Amino acid sequence: MKSKRYLLIIGLLMLSGAVFLGGCSDLVLLHPKGPVGHSERFVILVSIVLMLLVVIPVSVMTYLFAWRYRSGNKRAIYMPKWSHSGKIELMVWVIPIIIVTLLSILLWRTTFSLDPYKPIHTGAEPVHIQVVSLDWKWLFIYPKQGIATVNQLVLPAGVPVSFRVTSATVMTSFFIPELGSQIYAMAGMQTRLHLIAGEPGVYTGQNQQFSGRGYAEMTFKAIAVSKRKFEAWVKKAKQSTERLDMARYAKIAVPSSNYPVTTFSSVQPRLFETILDQFREPGRNHTGLVRGVIDSPRANIGGSGGK
Amino acid sequence: MLGKLSLSAVPFGDPIVMGAVYGSIVLAFIILALITWFRQWPYLWKEWLTSVDHKRIGIMYIILAMVMLLRGLSDAILMRSQQAIAFGASQGFLTAGHFNQIFSAHGTIMIIFVAMPFLVGLMNIAVPPQIGARDVAFPFLNSVSLWMTTAAALLVMVSLGVGDFSKAGWSGYAPLTELRYSPSTGVDYWIWGFQIAGIASLMTGINFFVTILKMRAPGMTLMRMPVFVWTTLCTNILMILAFPVLTVALALLTLDRYLGMHFFTNVLGGNMMMYTNLFWVWGHPEVYIVILPAFGVYSEVVATFSGKPLFGYTSMVYATIAITLLSFVVWLHHFFTMGAGADINAFFGITTMIIAVPTGVKIFNWIFTMYRGRVRFTTPMLWTLGFITTFSVGGAAGVLLASPPADYVLHNSLFLIAHFHTMLITGALFGYFAGYTYWFPKAMGFPLNEKWGSAAFFCWFVGFCLAFVPLYVLGFMGMPRRMYHYDNPAWHPWLVVAAVGLAVILLGVLCQGIQLVVSIRQRHRTRDLTGDPWGGRTLEWAMASPPPPYNFAVTPVVENLDAFQDMKERGIAYQQPKRYRPIHMPKNTGAGYVNGVLAFLFGFAMVWYIWWLAVLCVLGMVVILIGRASIDEPEFTIPAHEVEKMEKKRFMQLAAVERKAPGTLSREVA
Repeated sequence: MKSKRYLLIIGLLMLSGAVFLGGCSDLVLLHPKGPVGHSERFVILVSIVLMLLVVIPVSVMTYLFAWRYRSGNKRAIYMPKWSHSGKIELMVWVIPIIIVTLLSILLWRTTFSLDPYKPIHTGAEPVHIQVVSLDWKWLFIYPKQGIATVNQLVLPAGVPVSFRVTSATVMTSFFIPELGSQIYAMAGMQTRLHLIAGEPGVYTGQNQQFSGRGYAEMTFKAIAVSKRKFEAWVKKAKQSTERLDMARYAKIAVPSSNYPVTTFSSVQPRLFETILDQFREPGRNHTGLVRGVIDSPRANIGGSGGK
Repeated sequence: MLGKLSLSAVPFGDPIVMGAVYGSIVLAFIILALITWFRQWPYLWKEWLTSVDHKRIGIMYIILAMVMLLRGLSDAILMRSQQAIAFGASQGFLTAGHFNQIFSAHGTIMIIFVAMPFLVGLMNIAVPPQIGARDVAFPFLNSVSLWMTTAAALLVMVSLGVGDFSKAGWSGYAPLTELRYSPSTGVDYWIWGFQIAGIASLMTGINFFVTILKMRAPGMTLMRMPVFVWTTLCTNILMILAFPVLTVALALLTLDRYLGMHFFTNVLGGNMMMYTNLFWVWGHPEVYIVILPAFGVYSEVVATFSGKPLFGYTSMVYATIAITLLSFVVWLHHFFTMGAGADINAFFGITTMIIAVPTGVKIFNWIFTMYRGRVRFTTPMLWTLGFITTFSVGGAAGVLLASPPADYVLHNSLFLIAHFHTMLITGALFGYFAGYTYWFPKAMGFPLNEKWGSAAFFCWFVGFCLAFVPLYVLGFMGMPRRMYHYDNPAWHPWLVVAAVGLAVILLGVLCQGIQLVVSIRQRHRTRDLTGDPWGGRTLEWAMASPPPPYNFAVTPVVENLDAFQDMKERGIAYQQPKRYRPIHMPKNTGAGYVNGVLAFLFGFAMVWYIWWLAVLCVLGMVVILIGRASIDEPEFTIPAHEVEKMEKKRFMQLAAVERKAPGTLSREVA
């Protein structure tokens, strides 16, 4: 009877803990603001539930057996030679195999559906944004609109965003936790990321890969606004007196922290491609070693690489 | 003459660093003064520094691990207090540069200079006797490995006061570690510390691989080996296969930094992704290198203290082998976010998840070993019980991270930090502590105090939960690792709890310190006279505690699994042989120690570009190693009558125990 009451108390505690954590909106990964984040939360929650099917019995059995068969308890059966049971051995192999199989199926499907390189189709024309990671700030180029920003990302809610990401310095990782997936930024290469902000809001973007002295301050605001407001913002940006040419870019690229939010009304044509090209030898694509990986149809290297 | 080295390399202006430097110097001075005062130098030199006895080398490895654990913990204290303070307007007490050095040193030290020496120490103490051998296959190589590891550890310690340490993380990702982005000597300290210790580990791997395969007692087939020997064997295979990759990766990075080459640079065809791959091709097996021996310890401990053979020995062995093989095909899960295709990510995600199967089997086997046993809650058993539950939670977190979609949001977050600290603290370190307590009476001749031992366990366990559960939560709050300062107010309370957790862990460490002192003071009362204080099942408990230099006067003949238990049951465990033979033992030599000193000087010279010294040291090492290899008689003989004298003493002691408390020696049989 007593143990049942304990179980009840433990169960209630766990439940209230889960409710508390689930209700806590600071847990941004559990309160995603876009479909990519939503699907990733689904994977996380399903995996956790499946694994609790093993973790809870293991924990209970550990303490139960240890206590029941404590040396002081002479009433418990003692079988000093017993060390094999075909049935139990079969079980201990089969149970993990079943759970891992289920998880693997989920993994296989979602890895393809949530591939950061995969475009999101909603019928709407995606917004293209080029992301350049600098020491220790982010440069966002809107090639179609011909504008650029530093340390502030403005995007229309409900519209797919297609990112091309590169770095003009060390390796970093471009991440807006509330929207979903992150992707590395690497010099001379471009990686792809597709996200969508489900609702307007201000989200924190950050670098998730340590990159030296200014790493902790390498954050930015990702502001999702309605489509109408986005267009208004673009118009306003066009009126900015700041222009992003090569000379200005070189100044931004100088290592510094807490670079003020800046909007540029014009961008040097093919700036992103130029940044990529500066790390590559003229006339040669890249080292032979990497070609196999990078030149595969789905990954892109070089600025002029596919859409 | 001195390369880049000048007095300005010492950070006199930094009170925190200089405090640590002066503290270390004073401590070292006190120790040296005490040794001199008690005139222990000849003893230290003859019995320890020049020793090639695996038991002594094992003890020295563990002392090194403990000392470096204190250093690694100091780093943890600084990081946890900084993150508990440095939020919003408060900048905390550490600069970004200092904080970055601290977490880089913390990782490097905990993996390379705590986990590795600890497990190698336990291997040294337990493996040869468990297989009925008198020493390892290459006793001198063992000494070389020990002193090279120590030299590398010293190099990392010296970086505290002379120059700086790497600010690029323990994994040293390129191109951040390239000269362009890390021009100071910090990365060079990291490279040479890592490199020298890595080569020492490779040699240890070869040594124990040969020992286990070639030096088992007659009758000890592979499937009669204790599980700790099995896990050690698998760890050695991993060491032999994985460490050369690390050596190459570091060597290429060295070429980049020293000779201006472009293996991993941004420009001229370098590729940083190659470094990431090479590092983790070593780095992932390394995780299993440090954890498999701990699995072995748990297996020994749970069987001994349940008074039963290990449940499902064959399953356990095959599970270990499966983990060994799988550990080489999962490395890519460390960088799912580097832009590989969905097919590649999915493949590596699934291979990673598959590792959960053999690991799950192991956990069930430990649990069913307790089933219908007589479980004694000794300190080693407490560590084991604490391990099983936290480890299954940490393992579940690992399976979650193995799923690329989950990793896309959890990668490099504090969730990841919480996951691998669960694996390395409750998985590996708890196992080492269990092994340390379990084999302490064997190595030293008296047990560790149980009361302080369990107090230490409870502090560590509670402290661990307090320190790392918040990190799991913070991962879901999107907090990245390695931040010296942050602005999100929601993170702050959790980081304060984590800091409190660390304080509780430190109480545990304090208990361990007290435990050691108390145990040493009580040693005359608690001396282990039988050599079998726990009712052990494997051959090391057949020897006296501490064992004679030759371990076994007569090589035991093994007829079953759990060889010593089997002998006890057949009543032949304490049979006095009719006659003894002379025993060949390796002579002590100072060559390993001197080689270590030269390795340290070489590393230091390379860091500071003192080329003449580096060349001299390399020449010196070559001369020493060739010289030692050319000695015709590296062994000496213990004559039969001396063996007999020592053994007679042991049997008289056993007889005295039996007179005093009849049945002591046969209690396990009943």
